[in-house]
Amino acid sequence: MNEEIKTFTISVYTENNIGLLNRISAIFQRRHINIESLTTSQSEIEGVNRFVIVVNITETQARKVVKQIEKQVEAIRAYYHTDDQTIYTESCMFKIKSALLFEEPQIQNIIKDSNSQIVTVNKEFFVLEKSGRRHEIESLRRDLNVFGIMQFVRSGRIAVTKDEMKITEMLLAFNNQ
Amino acid sequence: MNTETENKTKEVAQKTERITGSEAIIRCLIEEGVDILYGYPGGAIMPVYDELYKFRDSIHHVLTRHEQGATHAAQGYARISGRVGVAMATSGPGATNLITGIADAQIDSTPLVCITGQVSSHLLGSDAFQETDIVGISTPVTKWNHQVTKASEIPDVIAKAFYIAKSGRPGPVLIDITKDAQFEEFDFSYKKCTGIRSYSPIPKININTIETAASLINQAKKPMIIWGQGVILGKAEAELKAVIEKTGIPAAWTILGASALPTSHRLNIGMVGMHGNYAPNRLTNECDVLIAIGMRFDDRVTGNLATYAKQAKVIHFEIDPAEVDKNVKSDIAVLGDSKESLAAILPLLNAKSHPEWLQEFKDLYDIEFEKVIKNDLHPTKEGLTMGEVLNEINLQTKGNAAIVSDVGQHQMIACRYADFNISKSNITSGGLGTMGFALPAAIGAKMAAPDREVIAIIGDGGFQMTIQELGTIFQQKTPVKIVVLNNGFLGMVRQWQQLFFDKRYASTEMTNPDFVTIAKGYYLEAKRVKKREELAEAVKEMIASKEPYFLEVCVEKEDNVFPMIPSGASVSDIRLS
Repeated sequence: MNEEIKTFTISVYTENNIGLLNRISAIFQRRHINIESLTTSQSEIEGVNRFVIVVNITETQARKVVKQIEKQVEAIRAYYHTDDQTIYTESCMFKIKSALLFEEPQIQNIIKDSNSQIVTVNKEFFVLEKSGRRHEIESLRRDLNVFGIMQFVRSGRIAVTKDEMKITEMLLAFNNQ
Repeated sequence: MNTETENKTKEVAQKTERITGSEAIIRCLIEEGVDILYGYPGGAIMPVYDELYKFRDSIHHVLTRHEQGATHAAQGYARISGRVGVAMATSGPGATNLITGIADAQIDSTPLVCITGQVSSHLLGSDAFQETDIVGISTPVTKWNHQVTKASEIPDVIAKAFYIAKSGRPGPVLIDITKDAQFEEFDFSYKKCTGIRSYSPIPKININTIETAASLINQAKKPMIIWGQGVILGKAEAELKAVIEKTGIPAAWTILGASALPTSHRLNIGMVGMHGNYAPNRLTNECDVLIAIGMRFDDRVTGNLATYAKQAKVIHFEIDPAEVDKNVKSDIAVLGDSKESLAAILPLLNAKSHPEWLQEFKDLYDIEFEKVIKNDLHPTKEGLTMGEVLNEINLQTKGNAAIVSDVGQHQMIACRYADFNISKSNITSGGLGTMGFALPAAIGAKMAAPDREVIAIIGDGGFQMTIQELGTIFQQKTPVKIVVLNNGFLGMVRQWQQLFFDKRYASTEMTNPDFVTIAKGYYLEAKRVKKREELAEAVKEMIASKEPYFLEVCVEKEDNVFPMIPSGASVSDIRLS
């Protein structure tokens, strides 16, 4: 019973309906599973949404949760993948005092080395944006924290899978029934 | 909701007609073949009730005495008939009072459509009078739910509601309709829903899996079947019987599977689970192939999973993919509708009999009979037993009655001992264990099947949870027969207190009112039995009555239900005392 807990990315294709987020998150809540991150957006198919949910659970749990999600009337398909089966990224923003750019020349090196972008600069502050893996973002945050960060925000994970999803074919098959 | 892209609907040219949302609701219900619905009016649903008044010749609204009663009555209607039960309530407390019945229908896969009124859309989210987020509240206990804020959505949403409620693994659906949508006029036309692209209710049968399952069954030396309500919901009773009779496999049932095969069938080996029969529980851990059909390995069936049927290969016939490997890992999962799957496997199965294996069940039955059944059904002690009441009902109805039981000791006794000749005759709250279920459910069952004898078996505790539905019975003149088995205790909890809490009877003893007087207060024929010699005559009078009839039987206060698998124990460790 001591199955290993791993990070799983759960991808769900759904209809775009009010209340579905509630229905899906309830599946996790009921099983006392903490959602590490949740992102929802338009998918590659017009009118179909995609949820990307990151959880730390066992594979048995992941398998059961995915079936419970698919059971929801408005969920088209759900999948779970391990990190090595997906290409994933997160994105983050930092708001930092503009004066520091001149007072602490090191910051410019940090920006350059981390491949982050300056989104905007004004007299009071500048905003830095970066996409990447969690450890890269964390390392950037630690580096900048030394100088003081006014605001920091990081998005949930977004991910595409290495294997095919075949949702379009599924929906076409329904239409042709 | 963009139902146009979602729903595959019949391409029929429809004439439209300008009507209000509330009239549309009633017209949709009539289109779906609804003849009876159960409900309770209130502010936010009043326009619909006004239409019900106008349509009172085409659709019968039953005013229950509490909204919970409306859902349970709709459940009783659905369970005995296989049709969709309909309940209606106003916003706020009316809607929240439906929740227990909805949760019960969800866990017992009962098709319900519940319609709630809601405050006008401009008031949503403003904490208006009798506003509650019923869509949010009902989400975890519905198969689907939806809020309607525009009259034009009503036909598509109701069509979808009925389709979802009854297709695949059935379940409850809730539609919340704002008051402005009820008043609004629009061009009405109705098309039944025949498919939703994100929803595949019945998995396609895989013939390879059927072949593998058949070959495993054909090789089995000690096969055993456990069937559940999936057989009844799939209308697969004849297919199940054919499979059992061809293969000679002993077959047991879960509480909700009861009555799918007649009790008297020679291969019917009884009930599995916590208070099930000795033989099928014990031999679950001796069989070599366990064939589960339309059942979900509930914890009350399996006991400790770590010691459940570990020696057996498990074949699971199931319509809901989420049930496969949820509790018990199957070796072969046969996904699909039970009727189709069983019909497909039948020709591949060898005709066989298993006389020695069947004898093992008979031997264990004899032990159970000596130690438990004999004393339950034919007691020699002074006090009346619940079992002998059931025995008397069996004798006088010849197993043709529908038994609607509540929750607790009397329920286990009813399910263990009631004889069933006809399918869909055991109506009880299985998964949720809802006390108060039986009285309103019996009303719905009797209305859906007026030609059947419908007998509610209720404990003194559960009876008082929905006792006000006696008023519904009186007003509707529904000839249900009500048997209250009164032991003056919340008997099942008291039994656990006796066995596992050193007889500390915390809040289980009940000081009861005079139930017969209460029943008479509702102008029902009523009688109380305290002695054995009065029982047969009283049951006879009850069965003979063409009116509703209330019978209280005062039974032994501290009887226990056995056999019993203590919570968390193995099915092998089933106790006879």
